[in-house]
Amino acid sequence: MAEQTPAALSIVISAMGGQGGGVLSRWIVDIAEQGGYLAQATSVPGVAQRTGATIYYIELFPRAAAEAIGRDPVLALMPIPGHVDLLIAAELVEAGRAVLRGLVSADRTTVIASSHREYAVVEKAALGDGMADSGAILEALQSAARQCLTFDMASRAASTGSVISSVLLGALASSGRLPFERAEFEAAIERSGLATERSLAGFAAGFAGAVDESEEVAASLRSSSVSPSPLSEPAKALHERVQETFPQVVRPLVIEGARRAADYQDLRYAGAYLDRLGKLHKLDGGGADGSYRLTSETARHLALWMSYEDAARVADLKTRSERFERMRQEVAAEPGQLVYAVEFMHPSVQEFTDALPAPIGRFIMTREYLRAGIDKLINHGRRVPTGKLRGFVLLRCIASLRRVRRSSYRYAREMRLIDRWLANIADVAVSDYELAVEIARCQRLIKGYGETHARGMRNFNTIMEARTELQTRDDAAGAVRRLGEAALVDESGDALRAALAALAL
Amino acid sequence: MAERSFAKEVRSLRLGEGEVFRGEGILAVTKALLQSGVAYIGGYQGAPISHLMDVFADAGEILDELGVRFQASSSEATAAAMLAASINYPLRGAVTWKSTVGTNVASDALANLASAGVQGGALIILGEDYGEGASIMQERTHAFAMKSQIWLLDPRPDLSVITRMVEHGFGLSEHSNTPVMLELRIRACHVHGRFVAKDNVPPPLAAKAALAQPSRSEDKIVLPPHTYRQEQDKVERRWPAAVSYVEQHGLNEIFDGEEGDLGIIMQGGMYNFVVRALELLGLSDSFGTSRVPLYVLNVTYPLVDAEIERFCTDKRAVLMVEEGQPDHIEQALNQILKRAGSRTEIEGKGFLPKAGEYTGAVILEGVRAFLARHGEGLLEASPGQSVTSDAPTGEAARLESIVPPRPPGLCTGCPERPFFTAVKLLEKEVGPIHISSDIGCHTFATLPPFNMGSSVLGYGLGAAAASAFGASEGRPPLTIMGDGGFWHNGLTSGITNAVFNDDDSVVVVIDNNYSAATGGQYIPSSKPGMAEQAKRYSIQDAVHGVGVEWVRTVSTYDIEASLGTLREAMNTRLKGPRVIVAEGECQLNRQRRVQPLIAAMVSDGRRAVKERFGVDSDTCTGDHACVRLSGCPSLTIKPNPDPLREHPVAFVDNTCVGCGVCGSVAHAAALCPSFYRAEVIFNPNLLDRLLGSVRRALIGSMQRRADRKRLARAV
Repeated sequence: MAEQTPAALSIVISAMGGQGGGVLSRWIVDIAEQGGYLAQATSVPGVAQRTGATIYYIELFPRAAAEAIGRDPVLALMPIPGHVDLLIAAELVEAGRAVLRGLVSADRTTVIASSHREYAVVEKAALGDGMADSGAILEALQSAARQCLTFDMASRAASTGSVISSVLLGALASSGRLPFERAEFEAAIERSGLATERSLAGFAAGFAGAVDESEEVAASLRSSSVSPSPLSEPAKALHERVQETFPQVVRPLVIEGARRAADYQDLRYAGAYLDRLGKLHKLDGGGADGSYRLTSETARHLALWMSYEDAARVADLKTRSERFERMRQEVAAEPGQLVYAVEFMHPSVQEFTDALPAPIGRFIMTREYLRAGIDKLINHGRRVPTGKLRGFVLLRCIASLRRVRRSSYRYAREMRLIDRWLANIADVAVSDYELAVEIARCQRLIKGYGETHARGMRNFNTIMEARTELQTRDDAAGAVRRLGEAALVDESGDALRAALAALAL
Repeated sequence: MAERSFAKEVRSLRLGEGEVFRGEGILAVTKALLQSGVAYIGGYQGAPISHLMDVFADAGEILDELGVRFQASSSEATAAAMLAASINYPLRGAVTWKSTVGTNVASDALANLASAGVQGGALIILGEDYGEGASIMQERTHAFAMKSQIWLLDPRPDLSVITRMVEHGFGLSEHSNTPVMLELRIRACHVHGRFVAKDNVPPPLAAKAALAQPSRSEDKIVLPPHTYRQEQDKVERRWPAAVSYVEQHGLNEIFDGEEGDLGIIMQGGMYNFVVRALELLGLSDSFGTSRVPLYVLNVTYPLVDAEIERFCTDKRAVLMVEEGQPDHIEQALNQILKRAGSRTEIEGKGFLPKAGEYTGAVILEGVRAFLARHGEGLLEASPGQSVTSDAPTGEAARLESIVPPRPPGLCTGCPERPFFTAVKLLEKEVGPIHISSDIGCHTFATLPPFNMGSSVLGYGLGAAAASAFGASEGRPPLTIMGDGGFWHNGLTSGITNAVFNDDDSVVVVIDNNYSAATGGQYIPSSKPGMAEQAKRYSIQDAVHGVGVEWVRTVSTYDIEASLGTLREAMNTRLKGPRVIVAEGECQLNRQRRVQPLIAAMVSDGRRAVKERFGVDSDTCTGDHACVRLSGCPSLTIKPNPDPLREHPVAFVDNTCVGCGVCGSVAHAAALCPSFYRAEVIFNPNLLDRLLGSVRRALIGSMQRRADRKRLARAV
């Protein structure tokens, strides 16, 4: 009685509905039962099956020990925090959730988790960047677990045409945490008869991936684009100008901005970009840490604003050869396979008049009957078959409006707004460096199309107005930053109104 | 075929005497029913017993061979009423549903059944949806057992005990002429375990044979004066008979231990955790050999007073481990022991939480607290393992603010999503609307990103739940029900009621062809061709039939049409409800049906076009309005590949089924031009190839020209 009899091995599988946690659980049960263990597995599928977080729980017990005593062990139906031997997580945040639930302990738990992310609705629905901090979760996993094996198993599954459960099984086999040989794992896959070949390939990838400790788990880093070689003479002159005018630390970003402006319009436009930026840079003493944040933030946001998304820009991007290639990759088309894109566009009178010469555009938009009448004609959802001649030629024609962009109704408006914004930044650049940086960053609120763009612009204007009130207060920069964050909380503007109220504005 | 097929697993239902059954708890229950000579089976699906219905549906052949009648009942009330066959005939019957919601629906029939009493064993298998993963309000079935005097079995989660209790359930029912409920918690339903099988037993009397010899007995009718006699019979005869059966057959289990002055009493379902807690405290081995005596109530109602008194003799203190509230059993224990003059101290909800699931950690803490108070050094003396179940600290605690919640939601390509998008767009136009929600997949519209719906009152009750507003002026309420809820009771409780009372309301019936949330079972409006059982009784005809004049049908995927119809329904003024039937086949089931067909076409060399959606990352500006209007799992985000932009871009991953909602949303909400539909052609024909090369040549040359121009201005 109560002598040292062997204890059950406790395994938690943490997954999302539809990730194949049930399949993985059945494989493990089968391997264990064939390998001399008694196995009990259970789950809480229920509604969580529909894409929610869910947990499978398995306990294994050596059959010989039970037979020696002539009784069956009493196995539990859910994990007890602090008493889990193995946590298998099919996604990084689910692994983090298991840590939160106390299912990972440093004295006992081996963690096998895929480091890839499947974003939760709250992360996806954010108006800006709502992604959870993967690095923090990985760190927490490492410090909470006894042993931790993480790598991107979703990509392994994709590259082997398999599913993540087979890659996880491979990683589990390689961890040596279960007393079974590789062949026993593979035999279970064969017995289950579920897409055997691909599952075995996924298993092998998981097995191999796990021994590769140099595995890069960080999210894919953004690479900046490259300059053409050789550079044209005028482009070379722009590069030299950047070298002469801007400090080392901001140059890559400035080049990127100039590149965007040239790609958007022409080299003269890139020159205008550098003119504007250069003027502001003269006011930038480098900031407290000498990183020239004012210049770099303005470089980024000025380039984005100057390359505002109008019909010509969208049509150009949609018809580029690299876009065709990217689409083929995204839909995993075979080489040579026919793939046709259909665009979903919804033009309105605004986009139409934006492209017209400024006086005509203004003429129409200031006359309600004209505006409404044209809108009624234009404002319908349209499907444009870019891969076919009709659609392609139509979009190329729209793209060619680039050449007359400088005389368009929208161009005039945007340039006025840009110069006002730059004047706002310049206004406080010397007196309150941080505030100037925050004003520059406010451009991030202006994005999207149609109503989204209008909402962003409204919020931007609201904050610009507020900052004139704020600039005499302490921590005006902090206040503007908080207002910007609030503007990205909801579409209704409730959070922004609340933030303004909190500042007594 | 439902969402999950048990075609392979049902083979184990044929196992004979002495063979070892390995499988899921639900399948084991089915096997036990067949071993008990059950004559008829019915039920209504719902987690966690959906699989039980699916197993029955897939076991048709075996049931036919044995002569067992199976019916997929149209509601729990129907299933409960089915047990009436056991009132007058010695037929063994079993029905199943999700509890307590199903028991609520069934309670009229159950109460009458319990009053009349049964001749043949009547067993009700309940999936107790309590605790983690539950989708319903948290209540316990125990109160139903007490109010109607139906016996309640709560077997410990070991397949051999569960199957034994199924068999004894029938015996107990027949011995005491009382229906019996057997409750299985979520994890017990899905537990994979084993037991030694017996031969199946064909019913000694089949339902068909019973019908050939009709019988009645006046005292089985629930009308005065019999009702008074039935009540007396319950307490004077049936109850004592049940108690003696339970005692004689040892349905409850006592495990003695050397610490004879202490004891733990528990519901059977709690046994494994109590043992695990004792094991961790060093007071039991892995096989349940405990130093503290255990009394396991596999029958939680009625209690056996004599057994309790015996167990408590010479005990200083006893811990009652009873999940759920109120603490019916603990109260009864106190009364029984007081009456017996016992001085044993009863502990329970003082050491354990008053409400909520009794997880392993909760029971461990409760048992430890009990032993710390009454164990007299027992804890210190035992070589228990270190027991830590504290909240996470340090690094892990920091995750609290980082790990996002992940509620369930509508599946990829779900036909209900675009309809709720239309409702959201309608609200943008006219302002907030009172939305009365219902039970089904569409309940997920109450969660992000839709966040709509003011109340959920029960299955099929969406329309009825708005009836107080039916006569108001102004904007009418919008009520939602699914096709499952419609056939379950919504047609009468909601729509007929609204017609009868001239309710000014808009009733939406979401018709996805299946009882989708419970696992894709067929319902009366499932289309023929999908299944043998499918009958395609039209929802529209039924609605017309009860007198609705304004009925419209929309395809949910056509958001603009849905929006237009919703607008019209909200603005039309007429007496009685406006009914919109929003049609779109459940995508899970559709994919299961269509995928193999497409795969076959592709591999047979026939022309096939696969569609899927994508987002152009260079025109997407990262506002994610598309996500907020859709929430499709395949519409996700990724880090922005643009070196200047900072916000993540939208991205359609490879699970996209090409339902078209993304494009439809982009159109209806005038969102952004980033969405595209890619048509991927397999096995192109001659015309495809010809056009393909012409297009490639011409478009290619135009692109090369544009590329050259761009290169000339590249920096």
